[in-house]
Amino acid sequence: MAGFEDLSQAVLEGDEARVVEVTKSLLDSGVDPLDVINKGLITGMDRVGVLFKNNEMFVPEVLMSAKAMNAGVEVVKEKQQAFDMPSLGKVVIGTVRGDLHDIGKNLVAMMMESSGFTVYNLGVDIEPAKFVEAVKEYRPDIVAMSALLTTTMMNMKETIDALKEAGLKDKVKVIIGGAPITQEFADEIGADGYAPDAASATELCKQLVEGREKVGVPA
Amino acid sequence: MLIVGELINTSRKPIKEAIERGDAAYIRDIAVRQAEAGADYIDVNCGTLIHNEPETMAWLANIVREAVNVPLCIDSPNPEALEAGLKLATKGRPMLNSITAEPDRFEAVLPIVKNFKAKVVALCMDEEGIPSTAEKRIEIVRKLVEDLTAAGIEREDIYIDPLVKPISTSDQAGAELIAAVGFIRENFPGVHIICGLSNVSFGLPNRRVLNQAFMVQLMTVGMDSYILDPLDREMMGFFYASKALLGKDPFCTDYLKAHRRGLYRRD
Repeated sequence: MAGFEDLSQAVLEGDEARVVEVTKSLLDSGVDPLDVINKGLITGMDRVGVLFKNNEMFVPEVLMSAKAMNAGVEVVKEKQQAFDMPSLGKVVIGTVRGDLHDIGKNLVAMMMESSGFTVYNLGVDIEPAKFVEAVKEYRPDIVAMSALLTTTMMNMKETIDALKEAGLKDKVKVIIGGAPITQEFADEIGADGYAPDAASATELCKQLVEGREKVGVPA
Repeated sequence: MLIVGELINTSRKPIKEAIERGDAAYIRDIAVRQAEAGADYIDVNCGTLIHNEPETMAWLANIVREAVNVPLCIDSPNPEALEAGLKLATKGRPMLNSITAEPDRFEAVLPIVKNFKAKVVALCMDEEGIPSTAEKRIEIVRKLVEDLTAAGIEREDIYIDPLVKPISTSDQAGAELIAAVGFIRENFPGVHIICGLSNVSFGLPNRRVLNQAFMVQLMTVGMDSYILDPLDREMMGFFYASKALLGKDPFCTDYLKAHRRGLYRRD
């Protein structure tokens, strides 16, 4: 019988049909759906993350893997009506006010989601007040902000200030990223972390929800 | 055919460091080498220096203007920095990079374009961002060309940048851009089409090969200006070869010049 290793391998290979097949067969044989997700699907995506970071896998392959994994998650959800998806934590993510770039931000959101985070992707051009609202509504562990423009990166600081004013800054960890962003800048505006790419951002989130303070990820 | 040399950009570490230590000689050298390698414009971008962009822009523009005889391309979304640079871009007609169809930015940048009689790079984006459909892209290009010409800017001075997106996140992005460039070339005669190339290869290995292939493909459908690294000999080699093959190099003059400069020598 196909096992967790097959499932994780199918995710790694981005083989959607195989992921669906193995997920079904595991569930049919009575395996705990939580194990199917954690030991099969997410383990596969974790391996993808490592290879991606080492430049052994590339963006299109990561997207294929994520798509395959999602297909597996859908099978689990279909078969288990009352099933509660496990979550490593909640992340609110968005591109800051004035900035309309979403390719990198969406990549980060996708990687986080595939690693087991619940992600609320607010979109682009997000006002500080909207971030505040989202934090009140979703009560996330992490707020992730993106900016591609040097003219909009200061709006990250505004957003952090808005969170402070609303008394929410201590309730969440704020991480930032985007082409012009540096660790230096993150420190300057009082962000809790910076990550240079999607795989590092996911790792950073994992470290932050484990409760370690102010962990930067080296470029 | 026009090349804008992209190397004086503070997002590149050596430039950032040269500015930090006030090393005018380094900036001068990069400007001279780009001009010698065939750049028609020298781009100056210090957008990462959010705290003193206009001052740094003026410092850089002054160095470059004294070092080379080619004109400057002042590159910033910030009107203040654009003005600071353009004031010093006194050799030939300067280029301004960039204006967009976002109403606020259009309003703020247009007077600067006119005031300095600059050629202008117009990014194909509006308040909703970078278009995701071909129709929307055409709509923005039409608006940009109409609004700019209505304001008295000649079509020949407009450089439309259709904005290159990565094929790693959307595998049709390259094909779509090639189609868009063909469409612009056909429907908006007189305007120039410009782009930077490196975005196309984001997230993939061997980026240089993709960038080079894309440069040739885009030129084939009507791209006539590039923002690139003129010190990249392979890229420049393909640029001159492609130009000659497309009948845009009378008597193959530039191709032969490049040959004599040693551009195709294997060492």
